[in-house]
Amino acid sequence: MQNHPVYTDNDPQSELSTLNLGPTHPATHGVFQNVLQLDGERIVSGVSTIGYIHRAFEKIAEHRPFYQITPLTDRLNYCSSPINNMGWHMTVEKMLGITIPKRVDYLRVIIMELARISDHIICNGVLGVDTGAFTGFLYMMEHREAIYEIYEEICGSRLTTNIGRIGGFERNFNTIAFAKLRAFLKNFPVTLKEFESLFNRNRIFVDRTKDVAAVTAETALSYSWTGPLLRAAGVDYDVRAMNPYSSYEDFDFEVPVGTNGDVYSRFLVRNEEMWQSLRIIEQALVKLEKEPTDIFHADVPEFYLPPKEEVYNNMEALIYHFKIVMGEIPTPNTEVYHSVEGANGELGFYLVNDGGRSPYRLHFRRPSFINYQMYASMSRGMLLSDAIINMSSLNVIAGELDA
Amino acid sequence: MAQIPNEELLKRIGEKFDQQVTVVGEPYGLLTVETSREQIIDLLTFLKTDDALRFIFLTDITAIHYPEQEKQIGIIYHLHSLTTNTRIRVKVFLTDDDVHIPSATVLWEGANWMERETYDFFGVIFDGHPDLRRILNVDDMTAFPMRKEFPLEDPNRVDKKDYFFGR
Repeated sequence: MQNHPVYTDNDPQSELSTLNLGPTHPATHGVFQNVLQLDGERIVSGVSTIGYIHRAFEKIAEHRPFYQITPLTDRLNYCSSPINNMGWHMTVEKMLGITIPKRVDYLRVIIMELARISDHIICNGVLGVDTGAFTGFLYMMEHREAIYEIYEEICGSRLTTNIGRIGGFERNFNTIAFAKLRAFLKNFPVTLKEFESLFNRNRIFVDRTKDVAAVTAETALSYSWTGPLLRAAGVDYDVRAMNPYSSYEDFDFEVPVGTNGDVYSRFLVRNEEMWQSLRIIEQALVKLEKEPTDIFHADVPEFYLPPKEEVYNNMEALIYHFKIVMGEIPTPNTEVYHSVEGANGELGFYLVNDGGRSPYRLHFRRPSFINYQMYASMSRGMLLSDAIINMSSLNVIAGELDA
Repeated sequence: MAQIPNEELLKRIGEKFDQQVTVVGEPYGLLTVETSREQIIDLLTFLKTDDALRFIFLTDITAIHYPEQEKQIGIIYHLHSLTTNTRIRVKVFLTDDDVHIPSATVLWEGANWMERETYDFFGVIFDGHPDLRRILNVDDMTAFPMRKEFPLEDPNRVDKKDYFFGR
């Protein structure tokens, strides 16, 4: 325990006070601790301690067949689980060299963009709450519920979705799913517009966020920041545009960039990304009309779990089911790195395979973990209340931080 | 700028480092090279600062344990050149009794926690690291849990043994 940062106040001459912010504190929105030394309201120094919900996913993954690793990825960034799920599926598909039908790609794009919107809803809504405006959060939350209902139609669950399979989806999108999606596309822009007019030029909000925790592009790059944080600092790096996956190259969208990397820029970048996500989903719906409606997975019986009715009634499906579940299917002896644009940045999967039933080594490049490490040093000299909203706008998700 | 072809990238590295950098392969188009720990910082500095390459972005640092190999611990760096959209993977292998390697924190601030994580799980000592201590596991842990000899579950458990499944 000697390594824990312990500041003692036993020096009677000391003007500084110590504050334990976390591990469970309503303002941290997650389980992690910061021990801050304060001079009045100003932070003199801070030490971050993380790992409170470390669940050893990388070790567990070495003992699980590929399809059983999907539920582990759910629990990384649980505000946008489908992106993690599909990032993992695409990593395995890349390793196996599976070609995915265009319709599956577009369906995936729809789900991933919905997940991005739901993540940004939380982040920007909570940023409002932390600056003292609860209304925006409440209005936006209604639409996260709408997104979760769409997930429910497709995979049955809401938060930890375990959505899709290696090769595609476990079932086709039904008409209710499309109806709910269209209703979301109709209702959400109205609220988002309202949300923007509530915040974007709000004197109090702008005063609280502008020039707070400004980060230059050089610093952001040196700290390996990705996602909205890096883009708010003015670097237009987006995995969707730079290394397109899941047919993102077919879509017309813009990568919003900020100017000075402060909390306000990050807020604006995230809002604009929500608009771009809506644009992508609308394009995807148009593209889907030209695709055959009955395709929802690739034709890879060796890796795609067959439907249960077929397993019970069809010899071939039973054999494949058995082989997949028991991990009897040979896989290449290779290594692959695949990354997707998660809601917080580049979510990478480094998979080393030795041909066995489970990965030899699997490493997650978790954007929250890498983005958060600047927090203690950037808080130095900041007001405590500014440090709180800075933490909200970093959007650190404890599950992704600790893996 | 367009992506740098792997041959050109390799030629450029070869001009500077000759025999000290060897090619492992290019799985899925990602050039993978291996070097020694004496050369690693020079190589990373060259990759980062060379005008034609400019791998300014450190994507990730991690490690792998191969208990059967003579050099058991592999350190893996993923770099990304944002201007040319090229990626490269650099590996360094170390023996189990001497797991020291220079820290990359001199080049990237972001290497700090990546190296702490690697130390935490594999016991790799990054020389020159400003604050090398455990990050995700508890401080008083003595083992390095991502090494292959560390069991995931109770080793006395028998209901998951391979012979029950005909393997």
